[in-house]
Amino acid sequence: MTITTRQLALRAGGRTLVQGLDWQVGQGECWSIIGRNGAGKSTLLRALAGLRAPDAGAVEIDGTPVAAWKLEDLARRRAYLAQSRHDAFAYSVIETVLSARHPYHGKRYWEGSDDHAAAMGALAAMEADHLAARDVRTLSGGERQRVAIAALLAQDTPLLLLDEPANALDLAHQVQVMGLLARLCRQQHKTVIMIGHDLTLAHGISSHALLLTGDGSWYAGPVADAMQAARLSDTLGHPIETIEHGGRRIFIPRETNHD
Amino acid sequence: MHPAQSRSLPQRALLIVGALLLAAVASLLVAGMTGSIAIAPGELPAALVQVLHGRTDSMAATLLELRAGRALTAFVTGGALALAGVMMQALLRNPLADPYILGISAGASVGALLALLLMCAAATVDAAALAGAVGVAMLLYLFARRDMRSGAALEGGTSMLLTGVILSSSCMALVTLMLSIAPEGRLRSMVFWMIGDLAGAPVRALPWIVLGGALLYALRSARAMNVVALHADNAGTLGIRVGALRKGLFFVSGLLTASAVTSAGSIGFIGLIIPHACRFAFGPDHRVLIPAAVLGGGSFLVLCDTLARTVVAPTQLPVGAITALIGAPVFLYQLHQLRK
Repeated sequence: MTITTRQLALRAGGRTLVQGLDWQVGQGECWSIIGRNGAGKSTLLRALAGLRAPDAGAVEIDGTPVAAWKLEDLARRRAYLAQSRHDAFAYSVIETVLSARHPYHGKRYWEGSDDHAAAMGALAAMEADHLAARDVRTLSGGERQRVAIAALLAQDTPLLLLDEPANALDLAHQVQVMGLLARLCRQQHKTVIMIGHDLTLAHGISSHALLLTGDGSWYAGPVADAMQAARLSDTLGHPIETIEHGGRRIFIPRETNHD
Repeated sequence: MHPAQSRSLPQRALLIVGALLLAAVASLLVAGMTGSIAIAPGELPAALVQVLHGRTDSMAATLLELRAGRALTAFVTGGALALAGVMMQALLRNPLADPYILGISAGASVGALLALLLMCAAATVDAAALAGAVGVAMLLYLFARRDMRSGAALEGGTSMLLTGVILSSSCMALVTLMLSIAPEGRLRSMVFWMIGDLAGAPVRALPWIVLGGALLYALRSARAMNVVALHADNAGTLGIRVGALRKGLFFVSGLLTASAVTSAGSIGFIGLIIPHACRFAFGPDHRVLIPAAVLGGGSFLVLCDTLARTVVAPTQLPVGAITALIGAPVFLYQLHQLRK
């Protein structure tokens, strides 16, 4: 499972967000996309998912342009976690997760027991199996996010695109989700591309990082290279310091003077 | 729904549809037996056999044939309106959407009232109602065409709902204009058409063909409708052709509404109440909801129509008044329950 962009350009609201992006993501790699608000991170992820057409250039999954894939085939290859969601109807949690099994149903009208096993397994992996019977509209923000990630896992694809997976999660679940994603990369060789604002968490699990400045320029490379304090300070427009602690690198934004 | 229960979802669906099918047959029988002259249960089998063989020798058989025709029209109209409601709500991801709120029936009213004002024949009135409904649906589609592809503005359906409300109120302005200049003699038929009336609605095959086709389309799309109802635009990443599904839902529900208002005038609330009630009782899964809403909507309108022609007999009330009188409190109660 590889994803490649060739001379990709993305524009929004009259601004050029990404220009000439030549980027290659290989199997088993875990990428973090880092940038300021409005830098085009979500726009890029939507373009990778095939939800948005590029303004120039191309996105290819396994060498085939995203638009040329059959939607059903693509749905078994890549899963996408949106930044936010709005629930209009009183679907239960298990129904929500089962809906992610749609690409495997073919012409069947009802789900099979394998779908139920996959859905319950995904919920258990997200420590949300006790919520299975709940109405999704009654969940807290963090619970809803875990259910959405469970749906993504139930889709069982080799490529995972996640827009801020740690959104709304409490500290313990942030660490748990990141650990899970890291295991999916390292052990099952899934490809993960995610957006996140917690540099320390991102550094902990990512093998690579893509920095977007929002004016069209970008930098892609292995974490050791891309996530240097100076480079990050430049990208995020705020001085960042790093300290080493227990074998981990901690990223600290320099505090402005409050006085 | 408990996961252990959801594993037997097909059986549960079969049970629900079976029970509603029985209720539908029962409602048709009640409609056949009730009236200014009641048919005793004992006479029913013989009368039924006569009607089915096309011989109506006895009084009971004649009455049954008359009432059955009207009840069947009520059933197909109610089923079509409920199904149109389910589809519109899935399309706009808004449980308050309804083809009547979107102004399609108001468009039909403009056409029909214009034809009644000009003293046209019944067939022309029907054709004019259909033209009005299709006209408003086309206008709506033109305005919402871009939203169908990228659903950002369609989210919650506010853009299309507001467009519909505005179209509806401009149609109602035309209706008021026509009512105010209409001569006394034609006023009654015009008002009855607007409220929705099944008296004298002819028995035709076309509404059944439309309902059958729409039901087939809806059942085939039921799973995709679930995914779109849950994931909106992002349903595309689960293999759903979202744009095509939205267009399909819009056209089929528009067709159902046009077919229903053409046979029975503008009967409100069915498309709102029945899907709500079915969701409340059976859950939002469209694979169960679609057949349940069609059967429930049909039975409900048959019973309402029976009530309309018996409650102050020999005077017949327009059935639209009954559905609104029953529908509005039920709707408010449900809304209150859901908000809890």
